[in-house]
Amino acid sequence: MAAEREQKKKQTTTRTREAEEVEEAVPAGGDQGEELKDRLDDLLDEIDEVLEEHAEDFVKSYIQKGGQ
Amino acid sequence: METEYGILHRGIESNPIAASSMLINAYVQHLEAEAEAEKVDWDFEDESPGNDARGFAREGAMPPEIETHLVNTVLTNGARFYVDHAHPELSTPECRDALELVRWDRAGEEILIQSMIAAKSMLPPGQEILVHKNNSDGKGNSYGCHENYLMDRAVPFGRIVSRIMPHFVTRQIYTGAGKVGAETSTGDKKVDFQLTQRADFFEEEVGLETTLKRPIVNTRDEPHGDAQKYRRLHVIVGDANLSEISNFLKIGVTSVVLAMIEDDWWGPNDLTIAAPVGALRHISYDISLKETVEMADGRRMTALEIQWELLDLARKYAEDRGLESVVESVGAEVLRRWEAVLGALETDPGSLSKQLDWVAKHRLIDGYRERHGLEWDDTKLDALDLQYHDLRPERSLFAKVGMERLVDPDDVSRAVHDAPTTTRAWFRGECLKRWSSSITAANWDSIVFDLGSESLKRVGMMEPLKGTEAGLKALMDQCETPAELLEKLGT
Repeated sequence: MAAEREQKKKQTTTRTREAEEVEEAVPAGGDQGEELKDRLDDLLDEIDEVLEEHAEDFVKSYIQKGGQ
Repeated sequence: METEYGILHRGIESNPIAASSMLINAYVQHLEAEAEAEKVDWDFEDESPGNDARGFAREGAMPPEIETHLVNTVLTNGARFYVDHAHPELSTPECRDALELVRWDRAGEEILIQSMIAAKSMLPPGQEILVHKNNSDGKGNSYGCHENYLMDRAVPFGRIVSRIMPHFVTRQIYTGAGKVGAETSTGDKKVDFQLTQRADFFEEEVGLETTLKRPIVNTRDEPHGDAQKYRRLHVIVGDANLSEISNFLKIGVTSVVLAMIEDDWWGPNDLTIAAPVGALRHISYDISLKETVEMADGRRMTALEIQWELLDLARKYAEDRGLESVVESVGAEVLRRWEAVLGALETDPGSLSKQLDWVAKHRLIDGYRERHGLEWDDTKLDALDLQYHDLRPERSLFAKVGMERLVDPDDVSRAVHDAPTTTRAWFRGECLKRWSSSITAANWDSIVFDLGSESLKRVGMMEPLKGTEAGLKALMDQCETPAELLEKLGT
């Protein structure tokens, strides 16, 4: 299983769900930096989609009373 | 664990107190619609938040207000859900160990999410109430997430203060929820991003206050139990965590360090920090984790070095005395994760982006900043910071990160309705489930029954670790009515 994962890891260049799992199972490796960056890119794409539409206004309107 | 959530009523001018009441009422009505239990109010009989653990009462300090007129309710999972200082606050039921508390804290989040949905369905179109699990609005206003630890009354309070201080100042390297910028003067230092939400708001080492001049060690002395035997250490210096790992370590490591203090088990090393308030901020402002703080004996140490020393002590303590006081298996897991996290923080903090709140948030915001070529003071980054804590599942940036979980979602769902079985919370929750129509009020250490006779009957629960499922289920199952229960309990 470990060998299979290693094999997959070497082959993986696309950003698939599977690739993420493989990456997590084998944390050390030369292309880890690239993988991490790819995953961050995906995450940032998603965030663009869910970010509040009027972000600046939202931040301005977010005023809380002090508590404990 | 008590969490004050951020609240915003969208679509009209937001009144936080009204919005908090509305939110909680919406949840209670949603429960009643499901016919789970009638609403039972909180009982303020035994509250004395102005008492001071150092042995004096008040002395000019401001006792926290109790707002009895506002919504205040007890849930079948043993939690208290109420309005406090213009925020909805949820206090989890009492839990036996750190893993249980992570579970019931998550259940608290789930209750707030259900409350938002219930409120939205009752509000006119275009309006909604938003809830954030954070501790600051980014404009200088902070609200708390407080931990409470049951301790032996016999432990001198001065010992607790001096020995817990270095832990409270340095644990933020894994408990911090992260924040863009600073909300207090940072002098010449430019702070783009800091470890914690809360460090900006602490001005004293020790004190009774919780809303101004906040102290690192809070002296509120209100045991909610047998005051001859117990102390409840009220901790106000933490951030509210979304990450289960951060939360687990916050509670778990603190429990272990407090157990060592309780047993007066300590090594030869003096870990006293020369100026704790300054050090708290200094450490929060340094995400490289490389900067040192001055110790009372003149040495300089990093937060990581202090945490390694504490871990080393804790390991020896575990070998010498065991970890039964924090539940052996959970304590072992705490030590294992504590070590792993310190190791990773030392070599590559970025590798913890699925484990720790501040690391996850920093990675997200810094990545966004680079992609869009923004400066650190761009409001868009403040928006991302805020939205990390947004509890709406479709908006939560925390949820998008896909952080490591410790608790099964099904267990969280059950904890929305069921109390922990291992503390008196079980008895509280079970009484509410079975006989809520006969209960007029409940609080941490008692339940008041109205059985139709002349006087109300109060059942005391002064022992936090009694009233468990193992201790009382058989007896309760024999009772058809609350009157039978009270008779059997000898009340």
